[in-house]
Amino acid sequence: MSNVPSPAPLNASALTPEGMLSGMRANIRSRKVFDGLFGVVAILALLVSILALVGLFVNLALQGSERIRPEFFLSFPSRNPFEAGILSAWVGSLVVMFVTALVGIPLGIAAGLYLEEYAPKNTVTNFIEINIMNLAGVPSIVYGLMALGLFVYKFQFGQSVLSAGLTLALLTLPIVITATREAIRTIPNAMREAAYALGATRWEVTSHHVLPYSMGGILTGTVIALSRAIGETAPLITIGALTFIAFLPTPPVSTEAPYLSFQWIWDAFTVLPIQMFNWVSRPQEEFQKNAAAAGVILMFMTLAMNGVAIWLRARYRSRVKW
Amino acid sequence: MTTRFTSGALLALVPAATLFASLGFSLQASANNLVKVDGSSTVFPVTEAVAEEFQKAKKGAIKVTVGISGTGGGFKKFCRGETDVQNASRPILAEEMDTCAKAGVEYVELPVAFDALTVIVSPKNTWLKSITVAELKKIWEPAAQGKVMKWKDVNPAWPDEPLKLYGPGSDSGTFDYFTEAITGKSKASRGDFTASEDDNVLVQGVSNDKNALGYFGFAYYDPNRSKLRALPIDGGEKAPKKGVAIAPSKESVMDGTYYPLARPIFIYISKKALEKPEVKEFSDFYVNNAGRLAADVKYVALPASAYSAGLDRVAKKQVGTAFGGHNEVGLNADQLMKRTLSLKYAEKK
Repeated sequence: MSNVPSPAPLNASALTPEGMLSGMRANIRSRKVFDGLFGVVAILALLVSILALVGLFVNLALQGSERIRPEFFLSFPSRNPFEAGILSAWVGSLVVMFVTALVGIPLGIAAGLYLEEYAPKNTVTNFIEINIMNLAGVPSIVYGLMALGLFVYKFQFGQSVLSAGLTLALLTLPIVITATREAIRTIPNAMREAAYALGATRWEVTSHHVLPYSMGGILTGTVIALSRAIGETAPLITIGALTFIAFLPTPPVSTEAPYLSFQWIWDAFTVLPIQMFNWVSRPQEEFQKNAAAAGVILMFMTLAMNGVAIWLRARYRSRVKW
Repeated sequence: MTTRFTSGALLALVPAATLFASLGFSLQASANNLVKVDGSSTVFPVTEAVAEEFQKAKKGAIKVTVGISGTGGGFKKFCRGETDVQNASRPILAEEMDTCAKAGVEYVELPVAFDALTVIVSPKNTWLKSITVAELKKIWEPAAQGKVMKWKDVNPAWPDEPLKLYGPGSDSGTFDYFTEAITGKSKASRGDFTASEDDNVLVQGVSNDKNALGYFGFAYYDPNRSKLRALPIDGGEKAPKKGVAIAPSKESVMDGTYYPLARPIFIYISKKALEKPEVKEFSDFYVNNAGRLAADVKYVALPASAYSAGLDRVAKKQVGTAFGGHNEVGLNADQLMKRTLSLKYAEKK
């Protein structure tokens, strides 16, 4: 390694064995340099995205830190930035997500199961599959427009928790379906064949084997779909949810008969991203701090949901042993 | 493989089914004690403040929602009977009166405060102490597009520097009023300026550029006084005080000398909704507290006499508009309340 490699490999010395050897060494060295360089470029690319995220988070946290205290979570929005809080917004986000999960998850999983386990392989199925792929790429505001026409006006649901939950459920459906199908595809066919050989019906194969084995993957995809939905603003503004709300939805249980109430799904609502949007467009500088603080909370909620996804995946993975 | 599949999707199906079953019979359930307000983003801060105080006073017994969908978008909902109260930064227009009439929606018109459209420049601008309406017209009229590109094109005494303009987008009531007041025709404006529906963008754009000029509501100027300078306006021949440039302020708006850029903002209450006790209570609370709360959010309160006249209108359910379906420029509060109300539109004066 001590001698200097000749820069041009095709001179007279290249014909001698020593010359050939040093030519090869130079070749290897230059390829290694390139290899190292690419590693550096890849790390830089990674750093750009991580630093952007960290920078954003730190910036929001610094700006909003003085607002994040217990009262911020326990008070309603107000014209006074120091009193304004996110009570109706975070409760609204949770309630809307509940409806979204309740509708989106069963529908998505059932649809995914059908496509993987039940559907015959023909042109109709192909057509449906392609359309689901396309649905995943439809901009969210288009879902909002459709929801405005369908849920708000046609079905007369109004600007309610129900309209919002259904809108976001539609938005998450393609993601849940795709995640379900991908999780199901990882199950070896031998498992199914073994079950069939023992006389199991298709539903028994699906419910005893396919679903439990793929549950980790399905739930991961589902939670990620929900954590995307929780940050959605455009489709909700389209259905008319850009609203000042200083009250909570009706509680689902009461001390008086009939004890159980579904009034809350008809109630008006606001969610965290909409509250942020409202604060950002205020003239007073102080409201920017509220918006930043709400942003930190929203990011925490999203991160927590992704954390749950990771935990669920690990839990289901350790349970399935074959 | 030992575990059977019992949890997850199957369990989730049960509440989903319950939810859907419950839809069937609770579809009729209507929200009780709810007042729905929607409309202009300019009026929003006032109504929001009223709604906040009202709900505090009622301890949550009556709920109020205040939406933002613009004056035009709000009137569409209002005339379909979807909302009880409409926020409007301009009077109801002829075609909206038609829609409301067809749907059988009658309304009580209430001016609730004044807003001063404010013409602003950067504090770094050294040559402008005030501006006349004629100069503003020269800058903003449609014919100026592509021609009036430098400050000296407006007034030879001004520097040979590029003229950079900022204003609200064409969907806003602010744009409608400014164009009407300055160029004489609603929505008649040059198109080559930086337009934004977000007034904070305008604040940022103008504050750092000595060659910039823009306009928006006083509520956005007030918290940004350190970054912006408001220009006194010389209203020209029709102004109450001729030949004097008047700065926007509570006093100049109140006495009508800030001409022609002071404008009233309104709420419209549906007559049918007014029969509901919660809407009546909200309306009374609104008129009784609008003066104090409007000042709180940097709008200019009407004189007390206008509010008592408003209370009277609500009590007697006097329907109709005082504007005959047009926007009007430069009215003061007394003129506003003394006019006769009508559900029919009139020729433009």
